[in-house]
Amino acid sequence: MTDGSEPKRTQLPAKWRRVWSLVRKETRQVVRDPSSIAIGVVLPVLLILLFGYGLSLDVTNVPVAVVLEDPSPAATEFAASFQLSPYFDAQLLTSMHQAEQLMLARKVDGIVRIRSDFARRLSLGNAEVQVLLHGTDGNRARIIQGYIQGAVGQWAARLASEGKDVPSGPVAVQSRLWFNEVNESRYFLVPGLIVLIMTLIGAMLTALVMAREWERGTLEALFVTPVRTDEILLGKTIPYFTLGMVGLALCILGAKFLFHVPLRGSLWVLAGTSMLYLLVALGIGLLISSVTKNQFVASEVTMLVTFLPAMMLSGFLFDLRSMPTLVQLITYVLPARYYVALLQTVFLAGNVWSVILPNAAVLAGMAVLLLFLTRSVTRKKLA
Amino acid sequence: MLDSIFRILALTQKELLAVLKDPRGRFALFVPPILQCLIFGYAATYDLNDVPYAVFDQDRSAASRDLVSGLDGSGVFRRVAELQRSSDVKSYINERRALLVIQIDQDFERRLITGLPANVQVVADGRNSNTAGIAMGYVNSIVEAFNAEWRAAHGQLGPPIQVITRAWYNPNLETRWNMVPALIGTLTLLQTLLLTAMSVAREREEGTFDQLLVTPFRPAEIMAGKALPSLFIGMVQATNVLLVAQLWFGIPFAGSFMTLYIGLTFFLLAAVGIGLLVSSVVATMQQAMLFSFMLVMPFALLSGLATPISSMPEIFQHFTLLNPLRYAIEIAHRVYLEGAGLGLLMPELWPLAVIALVTLSTASWMFRHRLA
Repeated sequence: MTDGSEPKRTQLPAKWRRVWSLVRKETRQVVRDPSSIAIGVVLPVLLILLFGYGLSLDVTNVPVAVVLEDPSPAATEFAASFQLSPYFDAQLLTSMHQAEQLMLARKVDGIVRIRSDFARRLSLGNAEVQVLLHGTDGNRARIIQGYIQGAVGQWAARLASEGKDVPSGPVAVQSRLWFNEVNESRYFLVPGLIVLIMTLIGAMLTALVMAREWERGTLEALFVTPVRTDEILLGKTIPYFTLGMVGLALCILGAKFLFHVPLRGSLWVLAGTSMLYLLVALGIGLLISSVTKNQFVASEVTMLVTFLPAMMLSGFLFDLRSMPTLVQLITYVLPARYYVALLQTVFLAGNVWSVILPNAAVLAGMAVLLLFLTRSVTRKKLA
Repeated sequence: MLDSIFRILALTQKELLAVLKDPRGRFALFVPPILQCLIFGYAATYDLNDVPYAVFDQDRSAASRDLVSGLDGSGVFRRVAELQRSSDVKSYINERRALLVIQIDQDFERRLITGLPANVQVVADGRNSNTAGIAMGYVNSIVEAFNAEWRAAHGQLGPPIQVITRAWYNPNLETRWNMVPALIGTLTLLQTLLLTAMSVAREREEGTFDQLLVTPFRPAEIMAGKALPSLFIGMVQATNVLLVAQLWFGIPFAGSFMTLYIGLTFFLLAAVGIGLLVSSVVATMQQAMLFSFMLVMPFALLSGLATPISSMPEIFQHFTLLNPLRYAIEIAHRVYLEGAGLGLLMPELWPLAVIALVTLSTASWMFRHRLA
């Protein structure tokens, strides 16, 4: 009300002076509260180190038991192809019972059984190898199955190169993996990790901070000052935005120099889209805290609507197209989906504008919508 | 002794009331785990059922059409385009319009008929190399089937060895069978740990902890009174997830409930112990929450839930030995899918017991020393 009566030329500076003092107050609070610094700086570093090194979907050194029931040279040679393969950590056994015991104790992930009639049937051209897999982790089992097929293929190729007559398949598949030629799972996990970290800094931190002010009643105290709602929101957004950008810079440095994830697009596109996502995350955090006004509930809701979806429903680990339609519809509402698509493209494929522009536009729209929503929700409570 | 039990029960009752009386608190405790279990049960799968692909068929022969129709008939692959120029391959992959492009050379059929090996090139979008790898595996098996058919039709010899695969415990290798039982521990851990850590932090922040101190409660009794409600709520949450797994997803339960609940008790004791340890070092609810998340995230990501433990570097594999969730997931899998009995679970149970014992006794020591 005092603002309205003030002359117009001092209005703008006064507004920014108020925002500035709020920013200063918030910054001090962040700097003095070790837990905010922890989540803004220590957590990104910890996460990127822990998961950059720890997370991997690449399967190597699979423990398998090779049960050799046929002592013939052909069978022994076949078994040796498992022992030579870098993918397997093969144990040679002679009894199936022993192998089954190992599998029950989960000492091995698979059993390759070479029956006693292997050599005889091989000469007839219809030899069989029995493979038993520990199927609890279906994905891993399927990868191992592929490796076993590969080992058999290599064995056949070796026989063929020795001049033996080995019929190969009429059609051979030659596959090429674009953008990730070395098939390194870290290349797509690290960009996904950045999404997780940005979500956590953006949404979690602001949700808690605002809810705490509501809980302690300090926000109501702010309302009696000349500060306006959007100024309060700006004062909350700016420090955490800065903190988030520091976290982002740390993540990008880690991705580039620790894990050597190629950055094929431009750094500016990466920074620009990340700013958009950070704004969206901050908006979600502010909205949640304005609605719940309770730290415990705010943290539960933030977890439910931001962090877990960013991990499970963003395409970071699991393919979105294979989810049921209803779940897919949910993913369209979640900002993480767009940011994962952006990061994976900018890091691994380059500046593909037809992917970048639509996804960035959606994020920008969400950011504007969320900040407006928060403003209206917070203002209502003023009355 | 009897007095002590009464006091603990009274505190437990008060604690349960404090958490459950607030409808928002009730909502936050019981709805998210069930919702998460449902969503993740559907979403967290590495199995593919919709792979958009494009064909660049330069041969346009009966054989090449046959091969591609094998993809279309699989129910997994969806043809989004037939490309005319090789430059289209790049744009379809770059713009994420197709996950795979199948490229068939001009002389495909001619080479097949003359008995020469014919090549099919598959280009995959490696931005998520795991998904791409799985899709390529599907293509391989479809081409394998095409080969077998072609051989049979043209009297050619089969491959020297046939691999016959059978998977134990999860015959169709469904990721969901792996994921949903693992959620029993994962979803419960987060909530139990948070609840325990927050309940003490809330009393500290509101100043009621000091009031608790002037009552005849001994520190150990206060601790027990804080631990029991969390244990109870954790059990209810685990049961909810278990019910969703069995009734909604219909994943067959191979073991005994008794064994599973014994395992869960050990696990929840460890989770509550960690929660109490967190609460003994923090001063505010926000700190309690942040510390809990900082613990839960490594626990969740390095538990074998999303990526296999054996794929982690040596050091991290050692680190997972301290992770209670690792054991909980192992127990859930072994009891749920494999039907393992208590005897086989010993390697998982004793580390949980050690974690519970160490955290609970450290927490009680910290309590006594901060209270004194």
